Amino acid sequence: MSTQTQILNDVTAFIWHESDLLDHKGYQDWLQLWNEDGLYIVPAEFNADGNYEDTLNLALDDADMRSMRVARLENGESVSANSTGNTIRMVSRVRVLEAGDDLVIARCAMTLNEMRHGKLVTYPADVEYRLQPTGDGYRLAGKVVRLMHADSFLRTVSFIF
Amino acid sequence: MSELIEMQNISLKAAEMVEEGRVHKALYSDPAIFEEELDKVFNNTWVYVGHESEVPDAGCYKTAWVGRQPVILSRDRKMNLHVLQNRCRHRGATVCEGRKGKTKSFTCPYHGWGYGLDGALRALPKPEEYEGVLDKNELPLERLRVETYQGLVFATYREDLESLYDFLGGARKWIDLFMKQGGGYPVKVLGEHRFNFPGNWKIQLENTTDAYHFPIIHKSFITSLDDATADIFDFLHGDGFVEDLGNGHSVMVMIPELVDLEDNLDQPIPPRFQKLADELRAEGRSEEEVQKLVRAAHGTGFNLNLFPNVSCSMAFLRVLRPVSVGETEIQHVALGGAGAPAPFNRKRMRLHEHFQGPMGFGTPDDGEAWERVHKGSQAGQDGWILVNRGMNNLHQSPDGNVAGAVCSETGMRGAYRQYKKVMAAGEDK
Ligand code: FES
Ligand SMILES: [Fe+2]
Repeated sequence: MSTQTQILNDVTAFIWHESDLLDHKGYQDWLQLWNEDGLYIVPAEFNADGNYEDTLNLALDDADMRSMRVARLENGESVSANSTGNTIRMVSRVRVLEAGDDLVIARCAMTLNEMRHGKLVTYPADVEYRLQPTGDGYRLAGKVVRLMHADSFLRTVSFIF
Repeated sequence: MSELIEMQNISLKAAEMVEEGRVHKALYSDPAIFEEELDKVFNNTWVYVGHESEVPDAGCYKTAWVGRQPVILSRDRKMNLHVLQNRCRHRGATVCEGRKGKTKSFTCPYHGWGYGLDGALRALPKPEEYEGVLDKNELPLERLRVETYQGLVFATYREDLESLYDFLGGARKWIDLFMKQGGGYPVKVLGEHRFNFPGNWKIQLENTTDAYHFPIIHKSFITSLDDATADIFDFLHGDGFVEDLGNGHSVMVMIPELVDLEDNLDQPIPPRFQKLADELRAEGRSEEEVQKLVRAAHGTGFNLNLFPNVSCSMAFLRVLRPVSVGETEIQHVALGGAGAPAPFNRKRMRLHEHFQGPMGFGTPDDGEAWERVHKGSQAGQDGWILVNRGMNNLHQSPDGNVAGAVCSETGMRGAYRQYKKVMAAGEDK
């Protein structure tokens, strides 16, 4: 197998693992995937230009906000989180954009499905991953979820994209 | 009092479904009433369409809605504001898509009619077939009447309506206070969150003057705060109040200490603003300015509900749009200071993201509650929505208005009183 194919395989395996954790609410394990200084970002516009800290986002979570977001989803106090079942996301079209020794950048297509009060809600998105290679696999150094809905109107969200 | 309404043959008009202290649940679900609301409420009052900072320069525009009608808010070369129907006078196409931008003119994509920023029809391709048939001067994009207060832009179809200044009336003093949160800089729109929910628009109208729900439905948000901040949000037992300001407007003061952000500038920096204060000091800001910006970063301690579609809600603007009887779109507009230090505006945006919008720690739980109101209120042939909380405990405010406890439904009663008035208009003819 060529090195490039090997990297694509490793990256895809990581993304599928992360997706499976989120769909099955394995939020504590998901938190463990992250680098301390990594940012989880859902821009408020599909074509946001990358200067996320000086822009309003739907979510811009550092490590603290990520733990608080997970706590809110898990502690039973949020009625919307309590009434959200599992999500099902499909991930495909994975492409490695950059494969450095310290950082691998990849992009993929993702469609998340949610059953909300008996109605199927679907969110297509373009997702960018920044992954830090380590001795045993990747650490998540950044994730940007560009939702097609961001340019229009979302439903409220009590899960993690 | 009517105890039962025959739903099969509704004879009661919408205005009669509003009583002091309760409204009939059909107001949430009857499509005929909804159509009447679009006409009587949204086409017959001042409707909020945007903030001046969203169209700062000549040539700027943003698209908006008046009820179900698409409009354009534009600024012409002389810096005048216009609100134009987004409908080509030829065969009706929208002449402008997208949320905002900058342009020299609006050109209809279908056959190329071109309109100025003030809506005037300037040119059209192959005009010779129109010679003697039409006069360009008679076919501008249709203009609405526009007036502004403190940067808030409102439009109406009614030339004979009272001025915006008079319509806002008792709310003006609160708008003045609200606009102090730029921290000494003019208030500016920083961005917006957009989401919708399957439910009637009045469920949202009620919500921004509903303190009663806060500690219950937003428990998970409060848990995520540090103790000092959580204390500030524990306001149901405090000295807050709700005041009916007339014309459907009301103010709900939750945190009296934060009514005037230019007062009390000598408080210790709260823990959640420590980092902001340090960043401002590192930029060389004076201690006085640091205090002023930190206090402004809190946002105000009140929600000002303006009938029918906007609320100046603590630190942001909540704009609603009725889509259908069972669907409402909401924008949560984040505010900061124009030219204010970057750390200040960043902090304002991070605070907005924490609670507001479809992924905030607050809004999804509100959304769940509204969705359930919409669903639950379908049950039964007859039924009433209660808005009588605190009717036993009213007092007169220093401004001479009716006021109740912070968790009373005084503001909802004010909004429904105005609703009843506009829905009853013309009924006797
Ligand atoms: S519809 Fe606009 S030019 Fe024909
Ligand atoms: Fe709420």
